[in-house]
Amino acid sequence: MIPVAGADMAAAAPLETPPVRATSLLRRSLRLWRTRIGVGLVVLLVLLAIVGPFVAPYGSGTFVAAPNSPPGKGAAFGTDYLGQDVLSRLLDGGRSILLLAFIATAVGLIAGVVIGLVAAYARNAFDDVLMRGMDVIMAFPQIMLALVAVAVVGAHPWVIIVAIALTTVPRIARVARGAALPVVERDFIACSEAMGVPRWRILFGDLLPNTLGPLMVEASLRMTYSIGLIAALAYIGLTINPNDPNWGLMIRENQIALTFQPWGAVLPIIAIALLTMGTGLIGDGIARTAAGIDRSRGAE
Amino acid sequence: MRARFRWGGVSRFIVRRLVLGLVVLFLVSLVVFAATQALPGDPARAILGRSATPTALAALRRHLHLNQPVFSQYWTWLTGLLRGNLGTSLAAQEPVTTLLGPKLVNSAVLVAVSAIVSIPLSIALGSWAALKRDKIFDTVSSNLLLVLAALPEFVVGVVLVILLATIVSQVLPAISTIPPGSRPWNYPSYLVLPALTLVIAVAPYVSRIVRASMIEVLESDYIEMARLKGLPERTVMLRHALPNALGPVFQVIALNLAYLAGGVIVVEYVFNYGGIGSAVQEAVLSHDLPVVQTLAMLIATVYVVLNLLADVATITVTPKLRTQL
Repeated sequence: MIPVAGADMAAAAPLETPPVRATSLLRRSLRLWRTRIGVGLVVLLVLLAIVGPFVAPYGSGTFVAAPNSPPGKGAAFGTDYLGQDVLSRLLDGGRSILLLAFIATAVGLIAGVVIGLVAAYARNAFDDVLMRGMDVIMAFPQIMLALVAVAVVGAHPWVIIVAIALTTVPRIARVARGAALPVVERDFIACSEAMGVPRWRILFGDLLPNTLGPLMVEASLRMTYSIGLIAALAYIGLTINPNDPNWGLMIRENQIALTFQPWGAVLPIIAIALLTMGTGLIGDGIARTAAGIDRSRGAE
Repeated sequence: MRARFRWGGVSRFIVRRLVLGLVVLFLVSLVVFAATQALPGDPARAILGRSATPTALAALRRHLHLNQPVFSQYWTWLTGLLRGNLGTSLAAQEPVTTLLGPKLVNSAVLVAVSAIVSIPLSIALGSWAALKRDKIFDTVSSNLLLVLAALPEFVVGVVLVILLATIVSQVLPAISTIPPGSRPWNYPSYLVLPALTLVIAVAPYVSRIVRASMIEVLESDYIEMARLKGLPERTVMLRHALPNALGPVFQVIALNLAYLAGGVIVVEYVFNYGGIGSAVQEAVLSHDLPVVQTLAMLIATVYVVLNLLADVATITVTPKLRTQL
C-alpha cells in the first residue's frame, strides 16, 4: 500500500483524443475480467456490511459461549476473546469502515479536484502557492496525521473523516493538476475564454471532463488506502467506540488467540483483504481501459 | 564549455529545489507547532500532577516558556530544534534525544533492510516483466503484485504471522520485541517478518512503475537504433534502456522510502517492534508534546529530503532531462 499517484498517466495520453465520458469508460472497463472480479468483490462486501447486521444470529456484544471457543453448535465460527459470536461481529463490523472510508474519500476527492484544477488553470504564482501547500500536507504520512488528529481532538467520526480526507486532498490535487496542465494549453480553452465563458464553467465544463480518466484511477486507489487506513487506525486501537465491532479492531483483539481460535482474526482479515483487492482491481481495470492498452486484446 | 553549462543548469536546479524544500520544512514546522498547541491540557499540570501548588505550576510554566507569547514559544522551539536541543519528554522526563535515539536506530535498521531488499528486487521484477511482456511471468507477476499492492500493511503482517509464525508453520518469531539496550542486528530473526511485511507493501508498487517505464523505453526509437547498430542485447539493456527507465523510478523509490517511514508505525505495532512507530503512538496517547513535535518534524524532514534526492537523481540519471536544463 503505497500512497503514490499515477500522475504520469495523463501526460502519456495523446492530446488529440476526445475526452472519454466517465460512464463509457466505466462500461468499457467492465469488459475486463479484473474489473468484473473487483466489482463483484466490492458488491459482495458492501452487501455483507449493509445486510449483515440484520441477519447476524446474535447481538455484537452478546455473550454466547466461553471466550475463544472453537466453532461449534452455538457459534458457527466460534467466539472471540470475550465470548462473543465471531460471525455476528464480522457481519456487524463492516459498516463503519465502509461508510467512513467512502465519505472521507469523497470529500478528499471533491476538494482535491477543485484545488488541482484551480492550480492548473491559474498558471501563475497562485499555482505554486497551492501546490506548496499540498506538499506540506504530503510531508506527513497519512497514518501519522490521522494519529495526531485523533489524539488532539478525540476519536469522533468526523475527525477520522477530516484527517483521511485532508491527506487524500494533495494526492488527488496532484493528479488533477497533472492531467489538466496539458489541457489548459489547448485551443478550445482559449476559445472558451475568448467567448467569455465564466471561469468555473471552464474549470468544471472544459477541464474536468478531460481529466476524468486518471482521476477515476486515483480515486479508486485512494478508496483502497482509506479503507486500509481506517482499518489500521482501529487495529492500533483508535476507534470511535471500542465496544462497536469493527474488522480492524477484531483483528487486534483476537490476534493473541491465533493458535487456538484463529477465526476471530482470520475472518476480518479475509473481509478487509477481499474489499481492498476489489477496489484495487477496479482501479487497475479503469487504468488499463483508460490507457487503451487492452483495446486490441479485449477481455483477458 | 558545453559540459560546464550543463552542470551550471543542474546546480541551479539543485539550489532551487533545496530552497523549495526549506520553505516546505518551514511551513511544516509552523503546522506542527500549531497542531501541538491545540492539544488539550496543561503540560505543567500533566508533569506535576493534580496536587501541585500554584507556585510550582507557575515556576514550571516559566521554565518551559509556557508563559511567553505563542510566537516567542515557536521561536524558542525552532531555534532549539536547529541546535539539536529537542526538549524534554513530558511523560518520560528524559531528553527527547536520549529517549528517541535507540528507537530511531531500530526503525532506521528496519527501513534500511526493507529498502535494500525491496528496491533491487522490484527493479529486477519490473524489468524482467517488461522484457517478457505478456508472457506467463509477466501476467502472473503483474496480477499477483496488483493484489498484494491493495492489501493494507497490517493485514500483510498478520497474514505473515499466521503463515510463518503461528498456525501454518513456526519458523519465525511472531513478536519482535527488541530488549532495551540491545540492537536489532543482534536479533536478525526478529527483523525478518517486519522487514518482509514492508517489502511486500512497497515492492509491488515500485516494480509496476519499473515495468511501465521499461516498456515505454524499450519501444523507443533509440533502443531500436541501438539494436540495429548491432550492439549486444546486454549493452542495449544496461547502457541504453535501464538508465532511461530508472528516471521515474527514483521518484517512486523516494516516495516509497518516505512511505516506509510512516508505514513502520503500523508494522512496528503489529510485531511490537520498539521503534519510532511505537514512539509516535505512545507519545500521541500520552499527549507528550515535545516527542510528537520531534517525530513529526523528523518524518517530514525525511520525506522532504528524500524527494529532493529523488529529483536530483532523476535529473542526473536521465540524459534527456539533463540536457533540457
